[in-house]
Amino acid sequence: MDFALTPEQTSFREEVRSWLAKNLPKDWSDRMRVGSDVPRPEVYDFLRTWQRKMYEAGFMGLTWPKDYGGRGLTFMEEMILQEQIALAKAPPVLNILAIGMAGPTIMAYGTEEQKRRYPAKMLSCEEIWCQGYSEPNSGSDLASLQTRAEKVGDHYVVNGQKVWTSIAHQADWMMLLARTDGKAEKHKGITYFLLDMHSPGVTVKPLKQLTGDDEFNEVYFDNVKVPEANILGGLNNGWAVGMTTLMYERLALGFGLQVRLRIALDGLVDLAKRTKKNGAPATQDPNVRQKLAQMWIDTEVFKYTGARAITKLLKGELPGPEASAGKMMWVEGHQRLQELAMEIQGPYSQLGRGSRWAVDGGVWQYSFLRSRANSIEGGTTEIQKNIIGERVLGLPKG
Amino acid sequence: MNFGFNEEQELLRSTARKFFDNECASVTVRKLMDGPEGMTPDLWKKIAEQGWTGLIFADEHGGMGLGFVDLVVLMEEMGRAVVPGPFFSTVLLGGLAVREAGTDAQKKAWLPKITSGEARATLAWMEPSADLGARGITLQATAKGAGFTLNGTKLFVHDAHTADVIVVAARTSSGQNPPAGGQNPEDGVSLFLVPKGTPGLSVTLLPTMDQTRKLCEVGLKDVALGAEALMGQAGSGWAPLARVIDRATVALCAEMCGGAQKVLEMTVEYAKIRQAFGRPIGSYQGVKHKAADMLVDVENSKSITYYAAWAMDEGVPEGQLAVSMAKAYVSDAYRRVSGLGIQLHGGIGFTWEHDLHLYFKRAKGSEFTFGDATWHRERVAQLVNL
Repeated sequence: MDFALTPEQTSFREEVRSWLAKNLPKDWSDRMRVGSDVPRPEVYDFLRTWQRKMYEAGFMGLTWPKDYGGRGLTFMEEMILQEQIALAKAPPVLNILAIGMAGPTIMAYGTEEQKRRYPAKMLSCEEIWCQGYSEPNSGSDLASLQTRAEKVGDHYVVNGQKVWTSIAHQADWMMLLARTDGKAEKHKGITYFLLDMHSPGVTVKPLKQLTGDDEFNEVYFDNVKVPEANILGGLNNGWAVGMTTLMYERLALGFGLQVRLRIALDGLVDLAKRTKKNGAPATQDPNVRQKLAQMWIDTEVFKYTGARAITKLLKGELPGPEASAGKMMWVEGHQRLQELAMEIQGPYSQLGRGSRWAVDGGVWQYSFLRSRANSIEGGTTEIQKNIIGERVLGLPKG
Repeated sequence: MNFGFNEEQELLRSTARKFFDNECASVTVRKLMDGPEGMTPDLWKKIAEQGWTGLIFADEHGGMGLGFVDLVVLMEEMGRAVVPGPFFSTVLLGGLAVREAGTDAQKKAWLPKITSGEARATLAWMEPSADLGARGITLQATAKGAGFTLNGTKLFVHDAHTADVIVVAARTSSGQNPPAGGQNPEDGVSLFLVPKGTPGLSVTLLPTMDQTRKLCEVGLKDVALGAEALMGQAGSGWAPLARVIDRATVALCAEMCGGAQKVLEMTVEYAKIRQAFGRPIGSYQGVKHKAADMLVDVENSKSITYYAAWAMDEGVPEGQLAVSMAKAYVSDAYRRVSGLGIQLHGGIGFTWEHDLHLYFKRAKGSEFTFGDATWHRERVAQLVNL
């Protein structure tokens, strides 16, 4: 067991650290004091520029093969990078669905042509990706999806609707799951398509969330033509490909989530030190101290459980139970953190943007409200627990 | 970075698991916990023959010279089997105290006997105040000639009734170097070696909820000790004592992880076979989701404990923080896991015949050994400057 870095890793860490110190926009941490868990629409343009800058400096796609625009390094370097990003409180990556899900899946299932065509443009943020999985009547029960793709000549024609599609209004491409065989068993008639969001017949309608933001959308397909060459991983094999995507999401994002929790925790501690409770900083209140310390412990625990999963990956083993737990831990931790931020503000927690009395310009209210989505998006907590129960612990299906 | 176990450690794990499966199955545990000793000479000899009593001690004292990461593997297996007896008290308390605070002569006298299994040892530090800090040590050691006379009471002393030697923490002065506003209670604490049979030493076994763990009250009435009983320098015993308690805490966390893992496995197996309303109870989400919660608790407990063990071996500056994070997390987690274990077993889980209560009681006892989660969270708060 060893947490020590090699000389090469140490110098990589220094490289990242000094680059961030030099290039981080000065006003970023003031504008986004809190590590809100998703980029807000108003900063999309800024984030696009930032990711491009990271890419040009060689800090995107560290673990991706060089042939496909990456750097061919290990998860260890990725972990070092993520840690430095957290310490510097740098902005998050905008094209996260591409980096975390679409890219690894294309590299796992794609043809050589697909692998050369898409991943590099994800890293540079030239092409933004969204994920077309959920439908109005199939969220957690993903295999019940109804959007269909029918073969016409050398094309497939897509009709149907997706919903809760994050950043679809910004996206150039979609990971689309559509039914290609209506007669097959529900898991077996699905195909994974790479769909150009600029195709005729694609309509994106923003949905307003309870936060007041338009972050996700409804997407309608009206006779949208997709070339056969845009099938990923073979006809009617979409369920397996889609599950791989979800595995990458939980895995690759696992460490990123820990970083985001760390950034949010630093913001929370700062808030508690600045906020008076009974005449003294809130950090001196025994109850608040207990809750803050528990947050601190849970964030560290999350990191080390992630490190165990990464160690297994580095050894070439499949990630074990440690990885499955990541999403749940993030959700539970982040929601509790946001609740605590409200508790520390007391009556001020009621005031949002626009009030001169609002704490930190109301940014906490936003991240508190947004955190309610965490236990729903990317698979509800209930589904995550079913997965752990059935696939990790081997309990029978209901 | 390599946050996993190596081949030797995996081998130690499989050897230990096989050993305790054979030598310390539930029926044996129950026999041992019913008797006052908590261990048979035969089983103790076999444990020592494996080299485990000397695992973390240096070659020169007959040990194997391994580290805390290795020890964690063994402790997990002991927790898994809820092994009773004086391993913990002899190795992690008495033995470590001699290693950390003893003079060369004291180490030479006791460590080879401890590593070989010939002698059992323990540490008496807590008093009826149950105060975990240096302030809690009030037992008086009065200088008399070249030696000392000890008077007072120690409580919650592991296996003192079978120990050949007890390391006793006492106060030789009320503390000097006053920090602003008062005296520093960490000054003036001294450690003494008190062998079995010393006149004035009395040991009473306490009835405990966890019968697999024997705790004692130790009385010292005009116990006269020579200068050779003093460990190191008079008045400077707190630092080594605190190191011993931190290290023992990590070992305890590992033991708790092993117990929690076993409870999870027992519960999952039961949920697969126990039928209710025509199907296995494990197919109901109400049961499945609780099992998933247990898994998260168990895996996280291991992660933070392994990190703390690594921190002990490496002597990293944030070692104390690692210990407190581990103890806080694992105390809550083992309590939750063992409680859910009983719940998911239903009525059978509440019976004496079923083993679950052994784990449930061990979890509760361990929770309050070396500080509960609340105490350690406060220490975390201090260490990270909240």
